[in-house]
Amino acid sequence: MSTLRALAQAQAVAAGVAQPVATVRHLHLSDRPLVLVPLALAGEANAPLAALVGAAPDEARLLVVPQPRNRDQRFAFAAELAGIVLPYLDEFRDRTEAVPVDRGRDVRHRYVDAPQVLVPNPAGITFLRLFGRSTRFRRPDGEHPVHPSVPLLGRWLTFFAERAEHPGSAALVALTEALTLHWATGQSAVEDLHLPALLGWLDPPPGLTGAEAAARAEDPARCPPAGPATDPDFDNHRLAPAIEAYTRAEDDPAARAAAYAELERLLRDQLTPTWELMWRGVGLLRALPPGARVAGRWDGDKDAFTAHAEHVDAGGGPQPRRDGAVAAAARLHRLERALASYAVQRAYDDPLVMAEHRLTGEAFVGDVTLADPKRVDDTGRRPVLRPRIQVVTTEPVLVPVGATLHSPARPGQKAKVVFVTPAADGKTEVVLELSGGMGRGLTAAPGSVPEVGERLCLTTLSDGFLPAGAFPAPEETPWTHGGPPAGAPAPDASAEEWS
Amino acid sequence: MTDTAQRLAEIRGGVPPRRHNARTIAALTGNPGCTRRAVLDSAGVDKPKLAERVGFPARFGQSRFAITRGNAFEAQVKADGGAELLRLVAERLGVPVPDGATWTDLGGDEDRPERSRAALTAPGDGPALFDHPLLGLDVAGRRVHLEPDLVAARLAGRFHVVEVKSFPVIDGQADPAKVAAAAIQSAVYVLALRDLLAADGQDPDLVSHEVVLVCPRDFANRPVASLLDVRKQLLVLRRQLDRMARIDDLLAAVPAGFTAQLTADPATLAGALTGVPANYAPDCLAACELAYFCRHEARGHTGALGRPVREALGGVAEVAEVLALAEGVRAPEPEQAEAAALLRAAARLRADALTGHPA
Repeated sequence: MSTLRALAQAQAVAAGVAQPVATVRHLHLSDRPLVLVPLALAGEANAPLAALVGAAPDEARLLVVPQPRNRDQRFAFAAELAGIVLPYLDEFRDRTEAVPVDRGRDVRHRYVDAPQVLVPNPAGITFLRLFGRSTRFRRPDGEHPVHPSVPLLGRWLTFFAERAEHPGSAALVALTEALTLHWATGQSAVEDLHLPALLGWLDPPPGLTGAEAAARAEDPARCPPAGPATDPDFDNHRLAPAIEAYTRAEDDPAARAAAYAELERLLRDQLTPTWELMWRGVGLLRALPPGARVAGRWDGDKDAFTAHAEHVDAGGGPQPRRDGAVAAAARLHRLERALASYAVQRAYDDPLVMAEHRLTGEAFVGDVTLADPKRVDDTGRRPVLRPRIQVVTTEPVLVPVGATLHSPARPGQKAKVVFVTPAADGKTEVVLELSGGMGRGLTAAPGSVPEVGERLCLTTLSDGFLPAGAFPAPEETPWTHGGPPAGAPAPDASAEEWS
Repeated sequence: MTDTAQRLAEIRGGVPPRRHNARTIAALTGNPGCTRRAVLDSAGVDKPKLAERVGFPARFGQSRFAITRGNAFEAQVKADGGAELLRLVAERLGVPVPDGATWTDLGGDEDRPERSRAALTAPGDGPALFDHPLLGLDVAGRRVHLEPDLVAARLAGRFHVVEVKSFPVIDGQADPAKVAAAAIQSAVYVLALRDLLAADGQDPDLVSHEVVLVCPRDFANRPVASLLDVRKQLLVLRRQLDRMARIDDLLAAVPAGFTAQLTADPATLAGALTGVPANYAPDCLAACELAYFCRHEARGHTGALGRPVREALGGVAEVAEVLALAEGVRAPEPEQAEAAALLRAAARLRADALTGHPA
């Protein structure tokens, strides 16, 4: 928790409405995101009860499982969901773009856009991850055959759930997290997980404060929970009788149709408010201009989508239940790199995020008072262009002499701290020696050296390239990590015992 | 009746105390710094009714689907005189699976405390399973009876608490919040079982600190057993129970004449509650029936936003004070100097960035 964000929360309490903690949007938003609001049956292991799904506000499709404990109905639901999700994915597989690789010596192709799935909250992501796990090992043949689209859906849901762990990815987004990344409310993080209350703070109805709107949204009778868990009162007094009526009407087609219609009506009533909140939240996010590095991160999602599509097309197997030692280490390394780079990129894109780093002494802003753009260092074997500038700042400077700083305005340039001198009025003078990003010759390209009078942000955060770590091949897993994995038998999921 | 017991009865308003169970005792460990909760729980006040009376009803409903599933799974695991359960537990503990074990159901009788005591302390160390034992624990000077849905398994001469829960373990992982709740509940039983043996002059360490959690595996109904080490939970629990045993100290901080009598006028009741200090944190919403009342009362306090927020604001208690310090319109107390400087810097940076100054 940064002090800046905490202060924004305190301001939200006083103002009665959420306060911005970002000036730009830090995630990509698709023109046609697939919004998915799942509901699960209480007490069961991730048993789907219903879902409202679609890629536009007027395209909501309701899926219902009339007897959620029934195994066949569960996989019928999966097949139905696959019938929506898989065609949606195919929409993005028409056109590819060429991407230069290997310093332009070669090209590879990737899809020009990628799918995006939005769920209400982190529990929705967990639901999809577990639903992916429960379907991806199923088989269209054998003892308990399922529709061939079911395991495919499971693999894609698993793909999305894994992307959701990747910092900066926007392939699968929990709306509560996307919103709290940009606004601070006057309630706690636990309460922010409740989408209706969160939107109450963000966009309170006329005449209500955020706190009042949030308190209203907490009443399940007035505002159903955003899932996947349902309201126990709804379960006990409305859902249970409706499911019983459906079960009782087994032999009477007319009564059964009526009972099914009643179930649909009940579940639609529970889901529709959340559906509307989802699109309202999307609208709030769309009103923010995207950050400069958002498109670059979305390229990463396009790469991942392309790679997984090719893996599936080539007949590759489903994701394993658990990573082996090498795969787990490589994944962790990837996530750590992504996390570090995501934090830096957000700060570079957004002065309000950079302000958090200024507060902790990782960055400062000052005015350029002196500049020697022609300075050449000829002490080495050959002369090199090393301009110097002096920056005067009112902020505390905690960086030591010799440290390398960067400026979001010129990300390719390094600035080495040469002198730090306290000056009058509590100001600090910092002399910096610049290298990189100024062209090839001994004369700096125009605009590449800050001029006197320019206001400059300097930070220890670097968005530079981080070399990837080297990992052994799985068959060379060291004994300390369990040694090479034994040829794992393909898990026979269809043998799992059901009630 | 002692003075303390008399005082607690007055707070309750003359009605019999509400009964504790492992869940409510486990919940006591949630917010140890809260006097309001310690006093009300020690007195055995009916907190759900109290919360409703003062206009902030708790929302701790349980879905009947969850209850049905829990009961069905438990019945399945305990079927056939616990043969399957015995195998699971023995294999998980790494001891040879006995050919059979005695199965003693201690539930449903009149004389349960005595029967449970006799059965569990009887000499002998053969494999045995005891279902539905009735255990006792001293909570705030009162004997509380626990009727756990558990099995105490005696294997290789040691007792293990076996908890049957219906949340799934998928690929070796379960919902951490549910595991944590199960661990603290099991610790309550371990403690009660140890007390029982100690009272009989036996070694309390005969009850293992490793409890066996039996859950459905993956998405189906096959049970799988896991071991939970509850030593840490035992310490926390012991500390909180000791604190409640010193209820006199806590009562000294409670205004004389304080009562949570449910028949009182709601406004009077709310006013009386305000006189007993609470320590609201957002975590309370998931654990305490009175949380919505306390949250309402804590509005405008930084602690209501969560402990990390309060700490990031330099520990300043009230939102109005935070903003006054940040805007520099209020002179900080000497001990607030550092926090005030941080808040002023944060406010300046925030305003800077929001008004579009270049960064």
